[in-house]
Amino acid sequence: MNFPEDLQYTREHEWCRVKGGRAVVGITDHAQDALGDVVYLELPKVGDVLKKGETFGVVESTKAVSDLFAPVSGKVVEVNDPLVDAPETVNEDPYEEGWMIQVEMSDPKELKELLDPAAYRKFLEEEAE
Amino acid sequence: MAQRTPLYDVHVKAGARIVEFAGWDMPVQYTGILDEHEAVRTRAGLFDVSHMGEVVFRGPKALASLQRLFTNDLAKCADGQAMYGCLCRDTGGIVDDVVVYRRSATDLLVCVNAANRQKDFDWLHGHAGGADVQNESDAWAQLALQGPAAAAVVQKLTAVRLGSVGTYRFTTGDVAGVPCIVARTGYTGEDGFELFCPPGRAPALWGALLEAGAAARVIPAGLGARDSLRLEMAYRLYGSDMDDDTTPLEAGLGWVVKLDKGDFVGREALARQKEAGVPRKLVGFTLTDPGIPRHGYRVLRDGQPVGVVTSGTRSPSLEIAVGLAYVPAPLAAEGSTFAVEIRGRAAAARVVKTPFYSKPKPASPGAAP
Repeated sequence: MNFPEDLQYTREHEWCRVKGGRAVVGITDHAQDALGDVVYLELPKVGDVLKKGETFGVVESTKAVSDLFAPVSGKVVEVNDPLVDAPETVNEDPYEEGWMIQVEMSDPKELKELLDPAAYRKFLEEEAE
Repeated sequence: MAQRTPLYDVHVKAGARIVEFAGWDMPVQYTGILDEHEAVRTRAGLFDVSHMGEVVFRGPKALASLQRLFTNDLAKCADGQAMYGCLCRDTGGIVDDVVVYRRSATDLLVCVNAANRQKDFDWLHGHAGGADVQNESDAWAQLALQGPAAAAVVQKLTAVRLGSVGTYRFTTGDVAGVPCIVARTGYTGEDGFELFCPPGRAPALWGALLEAGAAARVIPAGLGARDSLRLEMAYRLYGSDMDDDTTPLEAGLGWVVKLDKGDFVGREALARQKEAGVPRKLVGFTLTDPGIPRHGYRVLRDGQPVGVVTSGTRSPSLEIAVGLAYVPAPLAAEGSTFAVEIRGRAAAARVVKTPFYSKPKPASPGAAP
């Protein structure tokens, strides 16, 4: 399973890529694999204000429904709307084409609470036990 | 600990994702549910359904005894024929929905749902009426090869002339050298076979079927695809769409309730309910708003809860959201509208004819493009 070095991760299996004051957010390779074929997505609108840890959308596979949790607080400034019509992209390319939202961070200090790839891997191992 | 079928190790080796279902560790998917679903609709998929149970009625009273416990009419079931129906309580509530394989009037095999193995056996044995009733669930493994390529693949491995085994008929014979009940039955809406064999021989039969089907790109399929396939056909799933507190008439299974066949357990209650009219009915619906309906979601009408979704998914073949729901009888007609509550939002739904999916018809020669 692939966990790129330049990303930070949540215990709810979102990833976060920091670009200046913005965070690009998606779900991890582990999350897409555990869900199975993603067939439906609900994403927020540009302008919505998110609070770290709160749900910002829903991802559904054939069998399962899963909430999406905001890794950081801030305002949604971009949404990957084409994803809604091609949800399989989340399975095929979770870290690039499968990105979900971009957030203008209101409190970048929150990033410190996220996991680096090694810590996320360790968390997954512990979770599997 | 959950039980395992004789194919458990084969599934794990094949990379299956295992989940617990009805007390069994079962493969939910191998390559992916959509992949496996498509294989069954266009080629064939191989399912391990060894978790299903088998209860056998034998002896001079076998037919009469089972006839008293089954809602469909076994007098109309020939030897070598299978028949779908329900076992009901006095109240009309469904103990289980089952398929009866009539080998003869003195030897009938009842295929029951995995979760109901013990319950059904206790019920059938307790109401046996002089028949010899045995729980043979541990004596059988069951493999289902389903899809348009199924017959050609099985035929490669058997001398049984499958062309003479019609839909819902069965016979016995060796498949890949393994003695089997070869039944043209299934739970997918496709042509196909269910092969009942000795558990110890199941891995050999599994391997032989995949090998014989390799050229036709036959793949193993798990419970995930089994569920989406059956739901596209609006086949009911016991425990989700019906239970001890629902009647076959409410569940839309009136076609397997033969009130005129003579007395049977539950007949009186069902006759009364038919006379009075059912208060609620299981209907098929599609969503006209975005979303996917799921088991347990509420059905709303004018903002008020009036029913419940029992099964729902995004149909892989049709690419729309489909589901089954109990609704008040006045809302059951085709074209009726209601809402399904999805995470606090009311998603519009419409009652449609079932099955949701029907086989594409080949274009007629000379038809306009």
